[in-house]
Amino acid sequence: MTETTETIKTSTGRVLRTEEMVVNMGPQHPSTHGVLRLEVVLDGEIVVDVIPHMGYLHRCFEKHCEHMTNYQQVVPYVDRMDYVAAMTNEFAYVVAAEKLLKIEVPERVHYIRIIMSELQRIASHLIAIGTFGIDMGAFTPFLYYFRDREKILELFEMTCGARLLYNYIWIGGLSHDLPPGFIEKTKEFCKDFKTTLKEVNDLLNYNEIFIKRTANVGVLPKDLAINYACSGPMLRGSGVNFDLRRDDPYTMYDKFEWDVIVGKGEMGAVGDVWDRNMVRQREMWESLRIIEQAIASLPEGDVQKAIPKRIRPVPGDAYGRVEGPRGELGFYIVAEDSVTPYRIKARAPAFVNLSVINEISKGAMLADLVAIIGSIDIVLGEVDR
Amino acid sequence: MTAQEINEILKAQFGDAVLEGKLENVPDPFVKVQPERILEIAAFVRSDERLQFDYLMCLSGVDYKGKLGVTYHLYSMVHRHKFVLKVEVPTETPNIPSVESVWKTADWHEREAFDLYGINFTGHPDLRRILLPYDWEGYPLRKDYQTPEYYNGMKVPY
Repeated sequence: MTETTETIKTSTGRVLRTEEMVVNMGPQHPSTHGVLRLEVVLDGEIVVDVIPHMGYLHRCFEKHCEHMTNYQQVVPYVDRMDYVAAMTNEFAYVVAAEKLLKIEVPERVHYIRIIMSELQRIASHLIAIGTFGIDMGAFTPFLYYFRDREKILELFEMTCGARLLYNYIWIGGLSHDLPPGFIEKTKEFCKDFKTTLKEVNDLLNYNEIFIKRTANVGVLPKDLAINYACSGPMLRGSGVNFDLRRDDPYTMYDKFEWDVIVGKGEMGAVGDVWDRNMVRQREMWESLRIIEQAIASLPEGDVQKAIPKRIRPVPGDAYGRVEGPRGELGFYIVAEDSVTPYRIKARAPAFVNLSVINEISKGAMLADLVAIIGSIDIVLGEVDR
Repeated sequence: MTAQEINEILKAQFGDAVLEGKLENVPDPFVKVQPERILEIAAFVRSDERLQFDYLMCLSGVDYKGKLGVTYHLYSMVHRHKFVLKVEVPTETPNIPSVESVWKTADWHEREAFDLYGINFTGHPDLRRILLPYDWEGYPLRKDYQTPEYYNGMKVPY
């Protein structure tokens, strides 16, 4: 760390000394969204350096997986990584495992997985934008969004009995088929939710104060985003037109029509905090489009037909990835001739996205650092695993 | 570009440094390369116009019992192709050049591999633990790891 000491003389001849100061933000700070500790080096109010310290929520997820008696038993563990988007975690793990085991699942399973994963994306973005609004001093959107998120959780609850940690998507299939009434309720939700989206869009995203707080803050240039392997809204906010659902399609995403949302720098520079937030906001519309199409063409079939009785893969390894709400969620599975996974590594998008924080917050004000953390949308359960 | 073509480009450029691999009938085609030349190879695959692997998807440490390995999952945003590089080093001398200077994202991934496997990434600017406490002893994801009885006077297995 460089210590710069300057001496300034006041008009009365008194000597003022200025020097850098280290401030600890977290682990119990409301705007770090969990137990993250940032060691912030400040020059007055300007951020000179940010050194993140994490691991407060490390639960040895990868070590636990090596001690399972079955590949299927890993699913409840991956739920607990990113606890606000558990469906996507299961989805990613299952995509990797099915790639390793070369399992083909029925079309109906693909469709239901996509519906669940898009509902989960909406639920996760609702938290991201809602809490980000609170960080910026807007409390009302949070209440609107949590009201509607509750409806999604009800849909999940009626499907598998759990509201947050589902254990729903299994290797080769699903734990339950859709319950009676699910389709109607989802259709109703899609219809009602559009009203909320419009309301909050006017209330939050085009609010003058909100724009002043977020435009031109924490700008992440395109090449830096790729070099840091940022993904999801973080990457697209920087103007990179890339979405795994379209560019590396898994399951049946190539059957649906929707658009990839990219940040355009409408309120300031491309890749600022406003852009990242807006990508999330607009992505929810696209998710609704996918859900509506999937529901309209949902095929019939047995969702448990392809579930293997006993899983013993050929030795080898596979890396599977999906587009989670936070970005590229990947699982790297190494298998030996055994029923137990030899090694599972989770490539957590929040972990990778957070690593760029030092680069984009240099020179920002301390108050803007709160905006930057909020816009990265970290979930510490996933960062620390 | 297919895995075979990528492999041929690597073989033409680096010769003996490219060891055996599996390019067919596997979920992700890979080649093993000599660990001491990984930085050179990484810089090449990132800058070469035919390959342009500008996106490091994932970097994972693996314990192969007696050997430690690192797997690099590469992706090209320009050409939209994938490839996997693997290196292996003996557990006694786990030194692998850091690729942090090529892909910045490797910084935290390498710290994680150091934290959990004790792989020493030479040339890494800030190699310290990332998930475990800074004073933790041992590397928990190694297959021969014994959980310590006490950590700072607290009983560990409960």
